[in-house]
Amino acid sequence: MRALLHNRRALAGAGILVFFSLVAIFAPEIAPYSPNDINFVPMLGVSAKHLLGTTPQGQDVFSQLVYGSRDSLEVGAITATVISLIQLVMGVFSGYVGGWVDAVLSSITNIFLVLPGLVLLIVITSYATNKSLGVIIGVLAITGWAWGARVLRSQAIALRDRPFIEAARMSGERPWHIAVFNIVPNMFGILVANFFGAALYAVLAEAGLNFLGLGNVNEVSWGTMLYWAQSANAMLLGQWIYLLVPGLCILALGTGFGLLNFAVDEVADPRLRRNEPAPAKATVAPSLGLVGPPGELVDEGAGLSPGRG
Amino acid sequence: MRYLARRLGLLLLTGWAALTVNFVLPRLMPGDPIQVMFARFQGRLNPAAANALKIAFGLKTNQSIFAQYFTYLGHTLTGRLGFSLTYFPEKVTTLIGQALPWTLGLVGFATVVAFIVGTAMGALAAWHRGSALDSIMVPTGVMLSAMPVFWIGLLVLYVFAFKLGWFPVGGGATGGQGLASVSGFGAIISHAALPAITLTAVSLGGYIILMRNTTITVLNDDFVKFARAKGLPDRVVASRYAARNAILPNFTSFALALGFVVAGAIFIEYVFDYPGIAYLLYQAVTSLDYPLMQGIFLVIVLGVLIANFLADLLYVLLDPRIRVEARS
Repeated sequence: MRALLHNRRALAGAGILVFFSLVAIFAPEIAPYSPNDINFVPMLGVSAKHLLGTTPQGQDVFSQLVYGSRDSLEVGAITATVISLIQLVMGVFSGYVGGWVDAVLSSITNIFLVLPGLVLLIVITSYATNKSLGVIIGVLAITGWAWGARVLRSQAIALRDRPFIEAARMSGERPWHIAVFNIVPNMFGILVANFFGAALYAVLAEAGLNFLGLGNVNEVSWGTMLYWAQSANAMLLGQWIYLLVPGLCILALGTGFGLLNFAVDEVADPRLRRNEPAPAKATVAPSLGLVGPPGELVDEGAGLSPGRG
Repeated sequence: MRYLARRLGLLLLTGWAALTVNFVLPRLMPGDPIQVMFARFQGRLNPAAANALKIAFGLKTNQSIFAQYFTYLGHTLTGRLGFSLTYFPEKVTTLIGQALPWTLGLVGFATVVAFIVGTAMGALAAWHRGSALDSIMVPTGVMLSAMPVFWIGLLVLYVFAFKLGWFPVGGGATGGQGLASVSGFGAIISHAALPAITLTAVSLGGYIILMRNTTITVLNDDFVKFARAKGLPDRVVASRYAARNAILPNFTSFALALGFVVAGAIFIEYVFDYPGIAYLLYQAVTSLDYPLMQGIFLVIVLGVLIANFLADLLYVLLDPRIRVEARS
């Protein structure tokens, strides 16, 4: 934890996240108008009354931008939570239990890893007649969990043979008890890194779906703003700010998640840290005061975020 | 050979899974998407085609679901993907055949170039770790992997094609020149330039970060320290010792990286009106042309599977440990 506080990238990422969270929470106070208010003159330029102009439908761009942060943060946080849970169950079960359970679960993981996520996402949403946020989050979770599960699995395998787990087994602890209290806490760093990676994936993929008009186009989000801007040919009509700002926000929030993913990974993996040799105190989970001795971790490139899917 | 047999097994298993997903999804999804599709194309199909379609989607048949499934498997495996609804009476296979070369060119170029350039940049950053170069490279990599492709594509299109006029605004090639003629070839390149460069740029991020981190890990290994202690020149240590080993994880995560490029290509083709398979997919999805959509889904999955298998083959060539394990 302390190592994170001294990591510039982690601080930058956290700063971005806090900024957008505050914007989302205080959206009604920040935004001058309702995002759905269509009673303004359409296609206005930048002015004091409309900081970023108005849309071709006559909405205030700045208000839409402010409220749009809610959608992206919601999707990012909820999807990442769901994905983390799936990864944890699949990865720990697969790696720790081993045998035929592992064979079945890692085959499923490998299938989902190879299937191109975004294509699957598009196909499923095109069948979905109801495109509520819940459905979109569910589909994002189904298509985005595989890589992290594989990383956690190899971590669980590495931990399984470590002496302190052996000791717990010898002392007669039940397997699920070992899994929950000894294995999982020692994967905390990777779990957190994966969480931010999954959030990045979710934010980008959802914005992409909305941009293509495959989500709910009547919801206020950065992706749908881009969809409407694109379908009104905003750029050719000189409304380039309308197209520029939602994308910048997606990029900024995504970079925030990406930096946190990178930084947590760097801190969690002692070999990536700048000032080695690493003090034993600061290794992954043990630094959080949890069970198990510190030590080297198996690296399977947890640094690469799960991508756009 | 056990390694390759396992990879081949995964290839077949995933192929089967994709086929099954294609069969199950329209029958499983709530809201009856197939009825919606029929309502939409009512009266625009001749009775024979409508009948064939009903059989394909299991509407007008007294076959059990299992019999339907095996009929479907048989048809798909023999390349009978049916007719497109929007482009009726065009066959799905014909449409895909026309669009596929465009996408293969785009995705192939981006995958190979992004791999080479990104890996080189990552290795460089790791070698000069902590330097100004490294501290620029990491945020660049992170930002590239957080880049909304569709948005950057629109900006690139606006600036370089619309404002500056350096490149054509969209499409695959203008005019009626044949692919073989010189001017036809030139038109293809000038149309492909912007989409290909954009797709390559946004695909770099993952490689930069992965290669940087694995190289740093390898640089701490004893054999690298020993190579340095022997007095080998830095250049040799960096390329033959560090990079040679650090590059391996790039192959094991190839599936992930390729998924990234394919996803990027979907947005790029859409934004640039590029006549490839992803653009066709978008049209199929928005017009509820399910037979076409299913066909494209299968072809994309098949392409990705084959590319992954090729990456696995390369991995065997690059990592002698796999070959040793295979022999013993």
